[in-house]
Amino acid sequence: MKYTEEHEWLLPESDGTVTVGITEHAATQLGDIVFVELPEEGDTVAKGDEIVVIESVKAASDIVAPLDGEIVEVNDALADDPGKVNEDPVGDGWFFKIKPEDPSQMDDYMDEAGYKDMIG
Amino acid sequence: MTDLARTPLYDLHTALGAKLVPFAGYEMPVQYPLGIMKEHLHTREKAGLFDVSHMGQVILRGADYDTIARAFETLMPVDVLGLKEGRQRYGLFTNGTGGIEDDLMFANRGDHIFVVVNAACKGADIARMREALEPSVTVEEITDRALIALQGPASENVLSALNPGAADMRFMDVATLDLCGSDCWVSRSGYTGEDGFEISVPSDQAETLAKALLEHENVEAIGLGARDSLRLEAGLCLYGHDIDADTSPIEAALSWAIQKVRRSGGAREGGFPGADRILADITDGTGRNRVGLKPQGRAPMREGVTLYAQADGGQPIGKITSGGFGPTVGGPVAMGYVQTDHCETGTRLYGELRGKRQPLEVCALPFTPSNFKR
Repeated sequence: MKYTEEHEWLLPESDGTVTVGITEHAATQLGDIVFVELPEEGDTVAKGDEIVVIESVKAASDIVAPLDGEIVEVNDALADDPGKVNEDPVGDGWFFKIKPEDPSQMDDYMDEAGYKDMIG
Repeated sequence: MTDLARTPLYDLHTALGAKLVPFAGYEMPVQYPLGIMKEHLHTREKAGLFDVSHMGQVILRGADYDTIARAFETLMPVDVLGLKEGRQRYGLFTNGTGGIEDDLMFANRGDHIFVVVNAACKGADIARMREALEPSVTVEEITDRALIALQGPASENVLSALNPGAADMRFMDVATLDLCGSDCWVSRSGYTGEDGFEISVPSDQAETLAKALLEHENVEAIGLGARDSLRLEAGLCLYGHDIDADTSPIEAALSWAIQKVRRSGGAREGGFPGADRILADITDGTGRNRVGLKPQGRAPMREGVTLYAQADGGQPIGKITSGGFGPTVGGPVAMGYVQTDHCETGTRLYGELRGKRQPLEVCALPFTPSNFKR
């Protein structure tokens, strides 16, 4: 698994897609999450595009696409139960699966040890 | 960061694991480890303890209550003279153009009036009172007392364990009660829509009292985050957001706070700043009104969202002034100002959220029924 500075986790799947969510650290910092707006399946996105909106009881925040590629699946269960992001951020609280245009973009990101160093 | 003040409960907040943020010049707890959602729900189900010591506490003294009350009435469109001893009332400082300079609570405590004003406005409020009231009425800022709110349906049970006299108080009563050995000025009121008490306690006894209240199994410490969502669900205004120097009390749907005696035809009609506009607003109506707004989707619509009458095109017809997620409602809630011809309950409006217009409906306030012991 890889990690971005924006507290996303990226899990490469066996079919070449990458599952993306936010880390437990990020979910804790955001507080109780009450709404998640996800991209549409089939959307083509560029690295850095704001494609997810997370609303906590406190505030709204954006999550950016970590890779260029096509959104192939989104976690529709979050529409009815956004609290899954707090309960299980690295499992049931995943956001979307992306088919990367250039898998080598994964190399830009930290491994778990690097991420742990970053969040202290 | 400029130097932030601390309340007498600062050490307790830290010990309880609060997340502290700057608020109105104070380092205040925005939440505790329980989190905003659970803190909110706990307050509605049981009881929550809030540190509101950042708010301004002021005592007005004069020859007698009538003297103080008549002077105080020159600053507010409110019946001060008719307030009975041992009772509290909601008040508003208005300005020359009929806008609101602050909202407040005041109590008739026999030989004096006890006033509680918003933290962010207290300097200006005290200056305003000194300018208008002195020398016949003295304005004394109380800086050696903390202010603690105990809110929620279990509050009576919790407080009466420390002094049974608490149970004899009705909504908006005030009394001096001995709590944990100190003389506390207690009112049966608050700003959550729930039954509860606000307790002015000597600073050096504040932590002892707070700990005694927190010892009760039904009491949790609650931060400013949940205080905000509780007051929003209760349909209560936050100064600087839902009401300000440009909103008249009538636009703000606060005409209930202006008693008949101060209105046109009343025995003490007018005689407060902005009376011309405010009395005209009562007679003639206003161009916009504060209303409740229920977003129809799940996405919260927050302060600043522009409102439209149609899903496409047209000019803005209003703006959200407070909005967020209502934990008890279980969905987004908001309030704001809407042009009078669009503010009937049930009217469908649209709020522009991230470039898209999302439906919301004008609704009655409060979102959650109030639960006062009258």
